Amino acid sequence: MIITLYINGKKESVECQPGEMLTEVLRRAGYVEVKKGCDTGNCGVCTVLLEGKPVLSCSYLAIRADGKQITTIQGAAKEAEEFAHFLTAEGADQCGFCAPGFALTVLAMKKELPNPSEGEIRHYLAGNLCRCSGYEGQIRAIKKYLEAEHA
Amino acid sequence: MRDYHTSTPPASTKELDATQKFNVVAHNISKVDGEGLVLGRPAYTDDLAPQNALYVKLVRSPHAFARILSIDASEALKMPGVACVLTWKDCPRIPITRAGQGNPEPSPHDRFILDEYVRYVGDEVAVVAAENEATAEKAASLIKVDYQVLEPILDFEKALDNPIIIHPEPEIHEMFPIGFEPKRNIAAAYHMEIGDVEKELATSPVTVETTVHTQAQQHVALEPHTAFSYLDIQGRLVIVTSTQNPWHTRRLLGLAFQMPLRQIRIVKPRIGGGFGGKQHIHIEPYVAMVTMKTGKPARLALTRREVFEATFTRHEMRVKVRLGADPDGALRAIDMQVLSNTGAYGEHALTTFMVAGSKTLPLYNKVKAVRFGGHVVYTNKVSAGAYRGYGAIQGLTGLESAMDELAHKLGMDPVELRRKNMLHEGETSEVFRIMGEGTEGVAMIIESCKLEECIRRGKELIGWDPTHLVQEVAPSKVRAKGMAIAMQGSGIPLVDMGSARIELQDGGFFKLHVGATDLGTGSDTILAQIAAEELGVDMKDIVIHSSDTDHTPFDVGAYASSTTYVSGSAVLRAARSLKQKLIEAVSLKFGVRPQDLTFEDKVFRTIDGSKELSLNDFSYDTLYHDGAKMKTIEATESFSGDKSPPPYLAAFVEIELDKETGKVDVVNYVAVADVGTPINPNLAKIQIEGGLLQGIGMALYEDVRYSDKGHMLSHNMMTYAIPSREDVGRITVELVDSYEPSGPFGAKSAGEIGIDTPPAAIANAIRNATGVRLTQYPFTPERVLMAIRQAEKGQKGQT
Repeated sequence: MIITLYINGKKESVECQPGEMLTEVLRRAGYVEVKKGCDTGNCGVCTVLLEGKPVLSCSYLAIRADGKQITTIQGAAKEAEEFAHFLTAEGADQCGFCAPGFALTVLAMKKELPNPSEGEIRHYLAGNLCRCSGYEGQIRAIKKYLEAEHA
Repeated sequence: MRDYHTSTPPASTKELDATQKFNVVAHNISKVDGEGLVLGRPAYTDDLAPQNALYVKLVRSPHAFARILSIDASEALKMPGVACVLTWKDCPRIPITRAGQGNPEPSPHDRFILDEYVRYVGDEVAVVAAENEATAEKAASLIKVDYQVLEPILDFEKALDNPIIIHPEPEIHEMFPIGFEPKRNIAAAYHMEIGDVEKELATSPVTVETTVHTQAQQHVALEPHTAFSYLDIQGRLVIVTSTQNPWHTRRLLGLAFQMPLRQIRIVKPRIGGGFGGKQHIHIEPYVAMVTMKTGKPARLALTRREVFEATFTRHEMRVKVRLGADPDGALRAIDMQVLSNTGAYGEHALTTFMVAGSKTLPLYNKVKAVRFGGHVVYTNKVSAGAYRGYGAIQGLTGLESAMDELAHKLGMDPVELRRKNMLHEGETSEVFRIMGEGTEGVAMIIESCKLEECIRRGKELIGWDPTHLVQEVAPSKVRAKGMAIAMQGSGIPLVDMGSARIELQDGGFFKLHVGATDLGTGSDTILAQIAAEELGVDMKDIVIHSSDTDHTPFDVGAYASSTTYVSGSAVLRAARSLKQKLIEAVSLKFGVRPQDLTFEDKVFRTIDGSKELSLNDFSYDTLYHDGAKMKTIEATESFSGDKSPPPYLAAFVEIELDKETGKVDVVNYVAVADVGTPINPNLAKIQIEGGLLQGIGMALYEDVRYSDKGHMLSHNMMTYAIPSREDVGRITVELVDSYEPSGPFGAKSAGEIGIDTPPAAIANAIRNATGVRLTQYPFTPERVLMAIRQAEKGQKGQT
């Protein structure tokens, strides 16, 4: 069947199978910035914003997204670039496979939580796993990014 | 929610001496590919696969051990869109190893790309290719396989000399003596002894014996193993793959398919993490078979379940350590006996096993006698392979647990016991000479070892007071501290080789080509830093390209903590050689002697100041303007180390243990490391922070669990949990000033040392908290609680 998605502000009509998840449909349509990591909704690398809220696209039926606004990291590139500056300055980007989904969740957190404590930051981002960094560098980057945004 | 305002002072922000000494090296430079990766630009294998590629799916064994009687693919082949189905009958009968290692391989050639026998649940049975993924999946499900199910061996303690023989096939063999005895289910064996261990133990006033059982662990790199292949315009096979070792992959595929190596090109794009898990050949043969059969491009991305069930794990090991010492704590003898489980095939069997001794025993180099030995056995579980820490973490867990037991027995501060016995600068260990990785070792004097400083600073950061290691913080909740020290290596001496080529381009920048393989660690960045430092230019003047067997010079690949030291030394040599060539070329042009010319800030100047030429102008002269004298100026150099200088680390952990639930929580983990000059301090620190968290995961919860039939129960990220950012308290990593004379700008490795200490340090903290020595990993709440209860029962029984 054909569904209509508004991806990064652009209307796209895409083919999808019943039962198919949003990650597959997005990657097939060329949005390869949406990564495929665990297939079970555990790792967070497939995160996209759906109507502005982070969702795990590997566990979201594509058909449910029919008619909805989807933002991938490319659709938030300007903001993401600012955060990328802080993340890479700490060396915490590492292999980068988790980075697009992680960065999108950081951007969503910034909108949702006004002045988060470290505990709140870690809790909000707990679903975005990283196997490379040990998280400390990512936390340093987030804190510096939020401080700079508030300054 | 956890409170992150802990008592641990923050890591020092003091600049390292090296940062003041160098311009580019020892500076925190952002990774060259970092921003692009964060923004999700197409970079990983699956992002780049051709749209017209056939989708490959694998039919896998549902049995732990079975013989394939027949495969009926007729239904699958009838489906529209199915391109081919391939089975063991389509494979040359050539035994290989899937371990990406040097040549000859220290792993037995005991594996066929596809075989008539399957030896673990998930072993490959057939290859299906179709025009789209859904068709390939459906077709794979339609293939009927008739199996003769055989009784498996699942317990590695029962494998040796079991009447069930996992590898009876006559063609398999070792490449050189590794103790391979397949009729006894032995993939490899080794033994060495210096002095007389039994005599020393018998006459030592104080002895301890500790046996630990470390479990299999999964790498869980977030990018699943992925490859695609196609034939180029010359009909050559091109494979783009998430590999840690392009050249080994090419060589082994050439062997498997009996193809000349000139017909194969391997390209590694960006990789989403490796940790050793991509140092093997898991996917490349299958896309290659499809492309060779159909002439069409083919792609294969493993599902996460396949990554769990059918790539490799860490070797499960039982490590028994006996120590003998004088009453003052002077160690007299160490005996380490190991049983290692390699699973169904012997990839990295001998080498991980030997590293359990070779990269731990030299830590305590003042002993009169030291012995190491044991077996690596086959079982019908998924194969074990390379995994960060590579035997050292298993051996160290045994050794550092035993050292703590000795400290308890002597009533000594465990820190002081280690300081009394450990290795120092200017010293050596006989073990270096005797034990290598699969072969004899290489004698080596330690030229850089700042363990004393690592320990001093670590004690300060954690607040170590040997008389107050345990503190009750709430009824039934105790906080306790523990520690461990570790060493690793920097590449395999006289085995690992890396190369680099640097070429001047028009515009006055440099093209740096390296065979080294960046797995996301930032090696492209640090290698460019080394080149920039030596050439006295900025990072932006170096454009790096890596890991392509057609376009970059040879490198063994990224493993054994080799990239900074081995590949980095090759880059340094190439840059030095190129600088020399540039000066010679310009001096000829100026008609002066090379020694009368300087090259600084991208300008050539005669010492007398009479002539100068910018690098930019010279680059156009040599490529466009100088007529018959025009030439490309480039240098290619290689490096293979005649030593493997170890990095060192001192770790201190503070845990909180709930005596009612048995839950152990890491509150603070402090690690202070000597990695020589960190080429990029941030990237070196992140390597260690990430390694520590993987080690903490191994200590506390990561476990590969099977049913009694050999089906993996922990085959997704729900049932195999890796640490999230909420699971651990503060991790503090500091680097100390250190300079390794044999390394590039004083550097040693940083990739593996971080993972080694957590299993031992956490066990030692639990011992301090409860009086109980836990030895069965991981330390789940059930295990901790049961151990506490059992100890209480034992005490009651005594009174």
